[in-house]
Amino acid sequence: MMIDTPVAMKIIAKNEESPDVFTLTLQFMEEKETGYDFQPGQFNMLYLFGVGEVPISILAHGEDNSLYAHTIRRVGRVTQGLSLLKIGDCVGLRGPFGRGWPLDKAQGKDVLIVTGGLGCAPSVSIIHHILKHRERYGRLIILQGVKHSDDLIFRKQYQEWAQLPNVQVALAADISQPNWPGHTGLITELLDQVHLDLSKTLCMMCGPEGMMRATAERLTQLQLPEDAIYLSLERNMECAIGHCGHCQFGGTFICKEGPVFNYPEVKFLLSQRGF
Amino acid sequence: MLYFLAYEQINDLLNALRTLGYTCMGPQVQDGTIVFDELNHAAQLPWGVHDMQKPGYYRLQQSEKKEAFAWANGPQAIKPLLFKPKESLWRVQKNDDGKLIFKEIMPDHKPVALIGARSCDLAAMAIQDKTLLKDKFIDKQYQWHREHLFVIAVNCSYSGGNCFCVSTQTGPKATSGYDLALTEVDKGFVVDIGSDKGRNLITTLKCIPATETNSRQADTRTAQAASMQTKRMPKNNSRELRNILMNHLDHPRWHEVAERCLSCGNCTAVCPTCFCHHQTETPVAQGDGSVHAREWDSCFTQGHSYIHGQVVRDTTEKRYKQWLTHKLGTWWDQFDTSGCVGCGRCVTWCPVGIDLTEEMAAIAGESNVVTDKKKGPHDD
Ligand SMILES: Cc1cc2nc3c(=O)[nH]c(=O)nc-3n(C[C@H](O)[C@H](O)[C@H](O)COP(=O)(O)OP(=O)(O)OC[C@H]3O[C@@H](n4cnc5c(N)ncnc54)[C@H](O)[C@@H]3O)c2cc1C
Ligand code: SF4
Ligand code: SF4
Ligand code: FES
Repeated sequence: MMIDTPVAMKIIAKNEESPDVFTLTLQFMEEKETGYDFQPGQFNMLYLFGVGEVPISILAHGEDNSLYAHTIRRVGRVTQGLSLLKIGDCVGLRGPFGRGWPLDKAQGKDVLIVTGGLGCAPSVSIIHHILKHRERYGRLIILQGVKHSDDLIFRKQYQEWAQLPNVQVALAADISQPNWPGHTGLITELLDQVHLDLSKTLCMMCGPEGMMRATAERLTQLQLPEDAIYLSLERNMECAIGHCGHCQFGGTFICKEGPVFNYPEVKFLLSQRGF
Repeated sequence: MLYFLAYEQINDLLNALRTLGYTCMGPQVQDGTIVFDELNHAAQLPWGVHDMQKPGYYRLQQSEKKEAFAWANGPQAIKPLLFKPKESLWRVQKNDDGKLIFKEIMPDHKPVALIGARSCDLAAMAIQDKTLLKDKFIDKQYQWHREHLFVIAVNCSYSGGNCFCVSTQTGPKATSGYDLALTEVDKGFVVDIGSDKGRNLITTLKCIPATETNSRQADTRTAQAASMQTKRMPKNNSRELRNILMNHLDHPRWHEVAERCLSCGNCTAVCPTCFCHHQTETPVAQGDGSVHAREWDSCFTQGHSYIHGQVVRDTTEKRYKQWLTHKLGTWWDQFDTSGCVGCGRCVTWCPVGIDLTEEMAAIAGESNVVTDKKKGPHDD
């Protein structure tokens, strides 16, 4: 079920992940909205009263499918306003929108998740899904890159995931503090440090475009087939339903045909500027 | 069967439409251009007015011959009636406990009858239908306007200097999308019926059948409009343009046109198929409510491609490239059609007279000039 006119959601938890990243856990206020469901990789339009809407990935839901977490970086008008809200306050939500991660295609395979910056947020829903259905997937390799080691969020979760069998976590920071447990340097360098069986790996990426392009190029050099690479793209979004034209990427609407694309679908335009 | 509507019956037509509950919108001269506004009387039509159009140029001229539709087009026609410059989508109210209550807003006014839609405008309407109506998601407000619209098309007798609908196969004669289609002849119009609604209206007006002379004259008039066109879209606006454009993203012409383009967005504002819009928020008086609306936007603005910390199309070159590759190229991927219907508006209303057929010709290496051109009545 998709919600096209916003409905009211109550903030029932708020976590500060870092000085400018916070997580809002939302709950439906009306009974009739419980038919709502989402696929990992999809997003919602969150509405701040009197200010406007922003696209935000859906992180996870609670056991009873009534709680939805959104991890948000405070960057501008709407996200700043959202960061000031308190538990019990109300926001609007419509969604879910877009095409999510190809979890069916990943079955039986090793899953390589490469994220940069806040791109790690949308990947949490894949990780949860894989951990919940562990028998369906092979190894899970999680690579996360940040500009500065202080930017890393979900530090505790990464530690927990790293303890699990068949899960490998590797972190990279361009600039790091002395006690940084990960690699100092580019995330693409991690690709050579982790063991990958590229004959049965499916890669899912989310992060800055430059990082995703570099990762895709490195992986294809290492002989991972291009169609085993998926990535989530980001553009200005106003409507989320393929009508406003803002998220166009050549002949696609990222809000509708994406945000998750198979690499060959977007490879050419990613190499061009201005799309 | 074709009918004849005499000039004297135009007021009867307007009355009949009003009786059916419609607001009549028709062409009239305002501030030196032909615009569509409420039409209460036949006398308001632009009798004897011709439009002179060249790249970056639009002037009206009064002639002796008293025809009502002796012009090609003005800056706007159907688009602002269906896909409004601004339309409210929903209202939100904050109640005493701070809970938000959302309510969809639907249009609430009399249906519109549009008199004088051109063939290219109807082709553009069919394209906007694909974007907003025949999509996985429906724009309900557009749908309301669309379902309540009565369309009286008028086939062109004269082409404007920037028209190229013959090459885009979208005119000058309307082939679908109308309730009635008129062609102006001596003393009135030949009427073609396009729907049951149209037929009922013609029955009410007791129109007589058109004579053979009437219909022959109508054919001559539309043929005259076609023969007046001097411009064409290279490759006849076919799907071929898509790959030509996408394979030439580094053509030097992009840089050259960007030196002339002001990035003003006039072209997108007048184009009858452009659909870009952004969302706006207007708080209501007591501060406990707000109205969420959509408003036309343009790919030539800075904000269009803004994402936090970055403007994806930060130069005019990137914006012009987005406009042309989308309009004539990737539109095919999205809607299985070109985004251009050959109305020439973007050429006329561009302050510096950039002509997309010429830009396309430079990139495609095929001329945008009609070679077997016959002289039209407005040529000197
Ligand atoms: C599919 C998708 C998923 C996203 N998921 C998340 C997430 O999980 N967490 C998170 O923190 N951010 C996410 N973003 C980015 C987030 O939408 C922007 O940071 C946010 O829109 C900025 O809004 P603002 O009003 O605070 O900023 P301002 O700088 O004031 O922006 C003004 C307006 O521009 C538009 N805009 C600006 N930046 C972006 C952007 N990056 N993407 C789309 N529209 C933008 C919005 O309409 C915004 O209201 C996602 C973006 C997309 C496209
Ligand atoms: S691109 Fe120009 S000529 Fe083509 S439909 Fe739009 S305004 Fe008319
Ligand atoms: S092409 Fe002309 S009308 Fe369009 S943005 Fe450039 S200067 Fe303005
Ligand atoms: S966000 Fe409006 S078209 Fe994609």
